[in-house]
Amino acid sequence: MAGLVYDVVVIGGGPAGLAAAIKTTEYGLKTLVLEQGEKLGGITLQCIHPGFGIHYFKEDLTGPEFIYRFIKKIESLGVEYYTNAYVESIEYRSIMEKKISVIMPGRVLDITTKTIIYTTGARERHRYEINIPGANVSGVYTAGEAQAMMDLWGVMPGKRVVIVGSGDVGLIMARRFALEGARVEAVIEILPYPGGLTRNIVQCLKDYNIPLYLSHAVVEIKGRKRVEKVVVAKVNENLEPIPGTEREIECDTVVIAAGLIPQVRLLEKLGVPIDPATRGPIVNDYLETSIPGIFVAGNALVINDFVDYAVEQGEQAADGARLFIENKGIHTRKWRRIVKGRNIRLAVPHYVSGDKDVVLYARVKWPEDNVWFRIPETGRKLFMPKVRPAEMIRYVLAKDDILKTTDKITLEVSGQ
Amino acid sequence: MTRVVRKVLCIVCPRGCEVKVVIEGGEIKSIEGNACPRGAEYAVTEVRSPKRVLMSVVKCRDGDLPVVSVKTDKPIPKDKLLEVSKYLANIEVKAPVEIGDIIVENVLGLGANIVATRPCRKQK
Ligand SMILES: Cc1cc2nc3c(=O)[nH]c(=O)nc-3n(C[C@H](O)[C@H](O)[C@H](O)COP(=O)(O)OP(=O)(O)OC[C@H]3O[C@@H](n4cnc5c(N)ncnc54)[C@H](O)[C@@H]3O)c2cc1C
Repeated sequence: MAGLVYDVVVIGGGPAGLAAAIKTTEYGLKTLVLEQGEKLGGITLQCIHPGFGIHYFKEDLTGPEFIYRFIKKIESLGVEYYTNAYVESIEYRSIMEKKISVIMPGRVLDITTKTIIYTTGARERHRYEINIPGANVSGVYTAGEAQAMMDLWGVMPGKRVVIVGSGDVGLIMARRFALEGARVEAVIEILPYPGGLTRNIVQCLKDYNIPLYLSHAVVEIKGRKRVEKVVVAKVNENLEPIPGTEREIECDTVVIAAGLIPQVRLLEKLGVPIDPATRGPIVNDYLETSIPGIFVAGNALVINDFVDYAVEQGEQAADGARLFIENKGIHTRKWRRIVKGRNIRLAVPHYVSGDKDVVLYARVKWPEDNVWFRIPETGRKLFMPKVRPAEMIRYVLAKDDILKTTDKITLEVSGQ
Repeated sequence: MTRVVRKVLCIVCPRGCEVKVVIEGGEIKSIEGNACPRGAEYAVTEVRSPKRVLMSVVKCRDGDLPVVSVKTDKPIPKDKLLEVSKYLANIEVKAPVEIGDIIVENVLGLGANIVATRPCRKQK
């Protein structure tokens, strides 16, 4: 079947996918983007707040402003794309041949490609994943659902809101509700420290006098048809509710902002090994998974708080795809393993080749001040006034440094 | 003379200094705790006249989506945010709209325009 044969198929039309497709097209590779939604753009379309593109464009843009720069480039380069195109499965046939089946309105399409760049983003954790029992009532939304209602459809989800989770997504939604005249009763955080950036604590909560309860959990949702109140309790060091500390907060809406998880269902079905820390696939420094020619970038790889990093990963995957196609596979002499040392919760990529400089992304387990980010095997260290689980550490590992190492490279955060 | 100490958490960089601004008789007497000059500048603005960019949505008639996202093209005084937001709740524009189109000029006389941050195409 001629016609639908590509060098690169990008699955997911968010920032990571569009950045990848722009690059592979500029490299002269025949590229196709598949997006399940009605429009290109991914999650940024509904993020109408500023804070996008500070690193990439050196400008502070809103989500839609940021993504339309990429969409315009896609249009002007004439990159082929389908929207309303849901990728249902991927089949590995041989090193240079993968089959993708796509469901579109009224038809099913089979596409053959040499490489895949998988950028399907993340999904939100829902109420039952974080164990909030109680009445099954209306008025409980994930942050992303509430955001889409307000910012794409112009519908207010409720008037008195309790937000569960103090990551950036929860904080931003708290401000969004406050600005639209809703009363945000509280933001409830189970950990002893806030999950989001300090900037967002200040500009989203303090500005609007919204209380933040740390070491607290919502233990029950009450109501008949719609949410009427939530029960919150203090938690101990093991994050278990302390009996006797329960308190009720009246509200009509509960917004769950309890974190994002890479969406990797199709890769799992192919048997790609997943890192339990990132919950994304295990990759090398070309962002290639264990399956030759399948690359991953953006939130499907690791949850990125900055869109700029998702874009950067998309571009790295594009470089990987080009190299793969030119050499019929990515061949290297020796892979070094990235090892997580003290206070490192996660790190990507997992293996580095020594062929090139590599951008490492890492997160710490707990907050610390005045510490060093260190790599003992290379002797390099970087002073960090503050490290926070919410803020990804980005570090460029130089090729020459990698070549000094033998089999592993340790990342750690410590006092000296 | 009244002496007020205002604590401002600086958000210019990830360091997050807690800057103390001492005000006596309405005048800034001293600034402490900032690691760099940008911190002092930020704390002074925060004490004198805190400003923010506002973002919201306005109704868009005949558009591919029922609303279009907007922002102020300059920061506006923090205590005016809700007033402007309420004002925008009653604004309606007509598709098509392009990024950067001025939706409201000099909103409530604050010296900032409301501009579109998303295109809104005419619905077919
Ligand atoms: C509420 C919120 C606020 C944020 N605020 C900021 C901020 O202020 N500043 C900042 O820099 N970053 C921010 N981010 C982070 C940033 O938006 C993400 O890092 C970025 O969008 C990730 O891009 P992506 O391309 O990996 O994923 P996404 O944007 O999620 O795109 C993935 C795309 O893949 C599509 N897809 C999924 N599965 C399939 C399939 N099977 N077939 C076809 N298509 C599929 C989806 O429809 C989607 O369009 C925020 C994120 C959220 C959720």
